[in-house]
Amino acid sequence: MSIELRVNGATHRVETDPQCSLLAVLRDDLGLTAAKYGCGEGACGARTVLLDGKPIRSCSTRVSVAAGHAITTLEGLESAGKLHPVQQAFIDAGAMQCGYCISGMIMSSVALLKTNPHPSDAEIIRAMDGNVCRCGTHPKILAAIRAAGGAR
Amino acid sequence: MNEFENDALVLEPERYELHNTNSAYRFDVGRRGFMGSFAGGILILVAGKGTAQERPQQNVAQGESGAGRRGGGNAAPRDVGAWLHIGEDGAVTVYTGKVEIGQGIRTSLAQVVAEELHAPLAQIKMVMGDTDLVPYDAGTFGSQTTPTMAPRLRKAAAAAREMLLDLAAEQLKADRTHLVAEEGRVSAGELGSRSFGQLTKGQKLVKQIADDVPTTPATAWKVEGKPAPKVGGREIVTGKHEYTPDVKRPGMLYGKILRPATFGAAAVSIDTSEAAKIRGVTVVRDGDFCGVTAPSDWIASKALAAIKAEWKTPADAVSTKVSSKDVFEYLKNAPANGGGGGGGYGGGNNNKGSMTDGLAAAKEKLQRSYTVAYIAHSPLEPRCALAEWSSDGKLTVWTGTQRPFGVKSELAQAFRIPEDHVHVIMPDMGSAYGGKHTGEAAIEAARLAKQTGKPVRVFWTREEEMTWAYFRPAGLIEVSSGVAADGTVTAWEFHNYLSGASAIAPVYPFPNTHIQFHNVASPLKPGSYRGLAATANHFAREVHMDELAESVKMDPLAFRLKNLPAGESQDRLRAVFETAAKKFGWGHSKPAADHGFGIAGGFEKGSYVACCAEVAIDRAAAKVKIVRVVTAFECGAIINPDQLKNQTEGAVIQGIGGALYEAIDFAGGKIVNPRFSRYRLPRFSDVPVLETVLIDRKDLASAGAGETPIVGLAPALSNAIFNATGVRLRNMPMAPGGAIPELKKA
Repeated sequence: MSIELRVNGATHRVETDPQCSLLAVLRDDLGLTAAKYGCGEGACGARTVLLDGKPIRSCSTRVSVAAGHAITTLEGLESAGKLHPVQQAFIDAGAMQCGYCISGMIMSSVALLKTNPHPSDAEIIRAMDGNVCRCGTHPKILAAIRAAGGAR
Repeated sequence: MNEFENDALVLEPERYELHNTNSAYRFDVGRRGFMGSFAGGILILVAGKGTAQERPQQNVAQGESGAGRRGGGNAAPRDVGAWLHIGEDGAVTVYTGKVEIGQGIRTSLAQVVAEELHAPLAQIKMVMGDTDLVPYDAGTFGSQTTPTMAPRLRKAAAAAREMLLDLAAEQLKADRTHLVAEEGRVSAGELGSRSFGQLTKGQKLVKQIADDVPTTPATAWKVEGKPAPKVGGREIVTGKHEYTPDVKRPGMLYGKILRPATFGAAAVSIDTSEAAKIRGVTVVRDGDFCGVTAPSDWIASKALAAIKAEWKTPADAVSTKVSSKDVFEYLKNAPANGGGGGGGYGGGNNNKGSMTDGLAAAKEKLQRSYTVAYIAHSPLEPRCALAEWSSDGKLTVWTGTQRPFGVKSELAQAFRIPEDHVHVIMPDMGSAYGGKHTGEAAIEAARLAKQTGKPVRVFWTREEEMTWAYFRPAGLIEVSSGVAADGTVTAWEFHNYLSGASAIAPVYPFPNTHIQFHNVASPLKPGSYRGLAATANHFAREVHMDELAESVKMDPLAFRLKNLPAGESQDRLRAVFETAAKKFGWGHSKPAADHGFGIAGGFEKGSYVACCAEVAIDRAAAKVKIVRVVTAFECGAIINPDQLKNQTEGAVIQGIGGALYEAIDFAGGKIVNPRFSRYRLPRFSDVPVLETVLIDRKDLASAGAGETPIVGLAPALSNAIFNATGVRLRNMPMAPGGAIPELKKA
């Protein structure tokens, strides 16, 4: 069936099975590949995108559920060539190794800082515990989120 | 030995998958031409013939045969132009078969070239792991990039710089000795200057790299030895970097592969008729291989689910009979498997003196067993490959692999085509940790693409990655020892079953030793892992050292130092122990109630590590919280301290998983927990305060750092938990399911 999606401010109409995951549609139909497949069951956070500003696992979200809501992916953060403060903070802190988890990390961080601009370390850890980084970049990711929080 | 010799020499005996030259599949392709597209229907197969899809029970003979290209035909090229090109615009392109998987070598190798070429770092572009463009390379493993590739590129860049000076002397009519190469230009004072691009005019650099080309000593480095921002960082934070699963080709189809019900199972019947009815779906059958393609991943998954298959599990196979519950009993009693059982593995000096004499001289004697479980690498990017055939029979494959040339050979072998018909491209990858040496997904995608005539992507699910790849092998280690009253270890007998021989020999120069690796058939497919066997061997050794210290009432640090007399390797190990202990404040304070301190250290792949850990115990819940870990690490001269810190801390954090939580459960030829929701990986809440001291030895050659920092953590944690509770933990993981079983009993 035909579904209308609002992604990063633009409206897209896609022909898809409504049971299909939001992530598959974003990646394969819309070419927005920043959100990654990691585990397929919402246990790693690599597929985190924002739905009306709230972080969701796009792998375990059916595309039909996302219709009519504002969807934000990592590609939607940069504006007019200027990085979002969280993106910049990740670069400044060197908070990446292989980088595969980083899209999900940044989206979860953006959602956290929106509701809690100056989180404590305990609050950051609680908000980020669903995001897996296999390279062990956690200390630098924490530093990046702290810096982005302070910068606001 | 020079930098351009055969790098296959570095293979370790237990890098199982590198010795297995059998392709995962035996296709009919090329033997009798291609089978037609399968239009559905039921095919009855005769069970009994071993399936070729996976042979987890098969453990290939180890030793010096069968691993990739050996012998004299494999020396690295000595032409400058094979490694480096300078464009007319001054852009420097560097070619290497090493690949970027998060360890940061795209940045650090560029620093090496910038240093010797005297070019700005930003002007250097690394071409990595593209088999049509780069010189042959055995693969990115064994912490070998820094000790082998960095010196090669350093010499290639130095040779190029000398050529640029020759050209400048000629073009500027200047005295060569007065020329200065700096920031991509050669200057001759009043006679003017030329950019590198003006000098070479983009032409190929034709010159042999001389052994004695002058290179900059580490003490004079200006670009190396300093942090440099990660190349490609902006592409990562904006989502623009294309990992293999992000690469798309016109007309691309999505492929899925039918997996056997259990390891080694043979197909009795496969009914693809329902799958074939789905619009856009093509079913491909070839021997044991069965897969589908579809215009979307979603439809391909539906088609796969519509296939009805019956499997016959091989009742007698070790993969069927042994489970994770009885694997250690099995390891102890299994017959030796092939050539790996000799006592000589593990770096020599393994058998010396007399155990009888050593035990006779001991005041205390101990016999202990230690175990490590099978664990899965769990790179966040599972195996993925995109394959495309051209009309003239050439194959291009994009895939995440640590061995692009290894995958190229596998493809050539699987499809019976010349190697020069295969082009493997390796986009910087969502990591591997030793887990992506093999090309299964590449072969699968290529087989589907061959049939459909379209590019096909095969992207493994997490469950496939945690079932059909390979595992860090489990291991049983038995140690018998004796110690004199003054703390001198007098006897040391050490048997490792299955997990491997790396770092099996201690740096402690014990006088009487018998050390042996017993290779036995592995129930699950074994393969490399970050720190592979060194983790198990250090766990057993360094926990046992603590037990010996306890038996003679000595401080664990003092006990280790007592057994480290002066010597080159011993001095370096002592230095990391003392550095970590000082930073930690070892001996200056006692742990709080229910807290404990532990220390451990060792040597692997040319580098030295020591860890001090503090843990806090929740006795009611039998849980452990890591409070603080201090790591001292030394790997010679440091090329990029930021990245080294990433590698060191990353290894420690990754090590938390294997130490405390990670274990693959298996039974009846199946993986019981092939999902992240049932396989506990380290998370933010597990990460302690990390303090890392990097010892920069500019007088020593740079060694690799990807693996060694992982080996100290697990024994340091076990020793800290003993310090807190008096309970000795000898099995990794120590807290499977989150709680420590021995504490529940205590």
